Amino acid sequence: MPGFKRVCIAALACALAAAAPAGAADAPRRGGTLVMGSTESPRHLNGAVQSGTATALPSTQLFASPLRYDADWKPHPYLAESWEMSQDGKSLTLHLRKNAVFHDGKPVTSEDVAFSIMAIKKNHPFQTMFAPVEKVETPDQYTAVIRMSHAHPAILLALSPALCPILPKHVYGDGQDLKDHPRNSRDVVGSGPFKLKSFTPGQEIVLERFDKYFIPDEPYLDRIVIKINPDATTLMLGLERGDLQLIPLISEPTLLRRAQADKNLVMTDRGYEGIGALSWLAFNTARKPFDDVRVRQAIAHAIDKNFIVKALNAGFAKPSNGPIIDSSPLATPDVKKYPLDLEKAGQLLDEAGFKKNGDGVRMKITVDYMPGSDVQGKNVAEYLRSQLKKIGIDAQGRASADFPTWAKRIASHDFDMTTDIVFNWGDPVIGVHRTYLSSNIRDIIWTNTQSYSNPKVDELLDKAAQENDPARRKALYAEFERIVTTDAPIVYLTVIPYHTLASRKVGGLPVSIWGAMSPLDTTYLK
Amino acid sequence: MWVYLLRRLAYAVVLLLAVVSLNFLLIHISPGDPVETIAGSMGGLSEELRAQLRTQYGLDKPFLVQLGVYLVQVLHGNLGHSYYFNLPVSDLILQRVPATLLLVITSVVFAFLIGTLLGTLSARKPNGPLSQTITVIASVGYSAPVFWTGIVLIILFASILPIFPVSDMRSPGAEGWGLASILDVFNHLVLPAFTLAFVQLAQYSRLARASVMDALASDYIRTARAKGLSERRVLYKHALRNGILPVLTMLGMQFGNVLAGAILVETVFNWPGLGRLAFDSVLRRDYPTLLGILLFSSMLVIIMNQLTDLAYRLVDPRIKTS
Repeated sequence: MPGFKRVCIAALACALAAAAPAGAADAPRRGGTLVMGSTESPRHLNGAVQSGTATALPSTQLFASPLRYDADWKPHPYLAESWEMSQDGKSLTLHLRKNAVFHDGKPVTSEDVAFSIMAIKKNHPFQTMFAPVEKVETPDQYTAVIRMSHAHPAILLALSPALCPILPKHVYGDGQDLKDHPRNSRDVVGSGPFKLKSFTPGQEIVLERFDKYFIPDEPYLDRIVIKINPDATTLMLGLERGDLQLIPLISEPTLLRRAQADKNLVMTDRGYEGIGALSWLAFNTARKPFDDVRVRQAIAHAIDKNFIVKALNAGFAKPSNGPIIDSSPLATPDVKKYPLDLEKAGQLLDEAGFKKNGDGVRMKITVDYMPGSDVQGKNVAEYLRSQLKKIGIDAQGRASADFPTWAKRIASHDFDMTTDIVFNWGDPVIGVHRTYLSSNIRDIIWTNTQSYSNPKVDELLDKAAQENDPARRKALYAEFERIVTTDAPIVYLTVIPYHTLASRKVGGLPVSIWGAMSPLDTTYLK
Repeated sequence: MWVYLLRRLAYAVVLLLAVVSLNFLLIHISPGDPVETIAGSMGGLSEELRAQLRTQYGLDKPFLVQLGVYLVQVLHGNLGHSYYFNLPVSDLILQRVPATLLLVITSVVFAFLIGTLLGTLSARKPNGPLSQTITVIASVGYSAPVFWTGIVLIILFASILPIFPVSDMRSPGAEGWGLASILDVFNHLVLPAFTLAFVQLAQYSRLARASVMDALASDYIRTARAKGLSERRVLYKHALRNGILPVLTMLGMQFGNVLAGAILVETVFNWPGLGRLAFDSVLRRDYPTLLGILLFSSMLVIIMNQLTDLAYRLVDPRIKTS
């Protein structure tokens, strides 16, 4: 697909074009309305107190953050024009731009940065992002110094647009509980490239160009309309008809195939490295027989990832082998892998004492799956059922009527094994540690509901969280990945094949690690 | 008369409270709770925030206390706050009512008029080819699931022949109520309204056919014909006027069913009405919103039944005197 590649490169060039002027042929054009589709309905628009992709899409347009990232995990100036980390890694100094103003005309100052970081620390669901932050000092209007109790390298990714929106203190600092603040849905004020025109819950968000945006001549678009429709197929039809121009976060193979065949559309799987969405099979290691590592390894050996990639995901997905998404600079390829080997699986089960009975059955278990996406849930469970039968395991699929039903079962540890989709969210401290730390075995989904406990893993993760040297940090994570893949509380299946689908008329596709969950200030209509 | 009215009103209130309590019970015994859904929308949640949410929503209290708190609230006219959107439920409902009413009323009027007309036409020659064609069309409409009809119509008239929009009530970013906006809404209304009308068509046409046939066989029609009135006048003025009474009863009784059908139609067409909101609220375990919608639609059904009574009196003068 040379055309597709060219568009990607052009988009990438534009994403980085803040410094260099783009080539005349692909010169971005001012004006126009971009209509985006979203299958998820945001609760409100304030990303400081609400995580998740639904809120991040509009929140990153409305609010600017200290840093932003390119497609290679490299931080770039955003509200902070420069920053430095102290030797001991315990203070991060941000030097803010002097020309940034909020949508109500008031300047963005260090007071706002300090207020926002402390507000996020208090209210955001991802508590690990700013947990070590003790205070934010404001020596002058444009300098903010973040003081931490220990070195905390994850803070750099935590300052991304999707995770650290800078709120105006004069609006949100009025003492009301930030989680229920009326201005989270109405008259939202940020300093991002677009301001809020209207928000109709569950239906539509209309954003308008902010003329005093601190990056000159940007954004290019006059308006962004985010149409909410839970049905991706209907959104796709709208894209094909030209009613919509861009849909992020599409992973259904049938829709991807349709987009691939359509001459008027382009698609890219870049832009999802940051969220790092992994599809996996998790065991309840507190339950027999999954407390035995040999049983878990045997099941891992019975799964052909290639089948899941090629047949179930029509070749759009990539296999995943470890807890950290492959495209992360902290990931290692050197993990324990489980090639398809039914004989070995049988041996492991024999060793563990699970011999076949007269009917050739060693054990009966259940497989839960996350409802919502048949491709990532039900179909995988069906496949597992047929594969596990080959090694003498009678696995029964257990359907859940809807997401809350499934979530309740998993949260209350009432399962044998389950498929799941879990996001990395940038730094491992934010989205990876929670699944493996023994201190995080809780009755909440997306914690360590596997009840996995290994003191060595706890120690490695604690060290890695505080290791400022990138090479040493990477080595700690490599060891962690090796241990976890050997202990196998989880069998890693694939990276969710999220794609951004767009009309050919769209230039400057969002392909940084955070994709459309970062400012669309360099996106334009040709 | 007043005593009668008051008694009916009291009966309606008791009925509503019973409906609310039953709904409350049903929703609470379904597995999974709202905090889990909110955690899902956030990609995770800490223990502290989770506990905070449970306290804030009163989910940590015993079931009967929760029910009591809710009933007292409702009696004060307060439907509470949506767990999911953090907005007053009454705001959310009022925002959605016009869309649902537009869809439901358009489809009911369409089905009632066309259905009655078709039924009357086929009553003239019950075994003629016209009558049989109408019967076939009506049975197809009645037996096809509404979501299927909707999807087929989308494929035919929004994808293959892109005449109508795929979904929603207005074009992206549309605002105001100028002529262009009204035409835009009308354009969006055609497919969903037809889908919802199609399923009702059969009932109206079959009922109208049967009751007009009955009427045609009666003495006063023979008298009318003997007087030398035109067949058209006999059919529409005499037979239909009497034959329409059961059809009107149907109109009132059917209203609840139509509202239920609207949930599916709104979901297929992403129509921004109460049905769509109800469906999403079930998936989100957004109890207050769902309860609010159920309460609101029960009230709507009761009001519709009263209106049907009134319409009866207008059409049939005999009821007034009795």
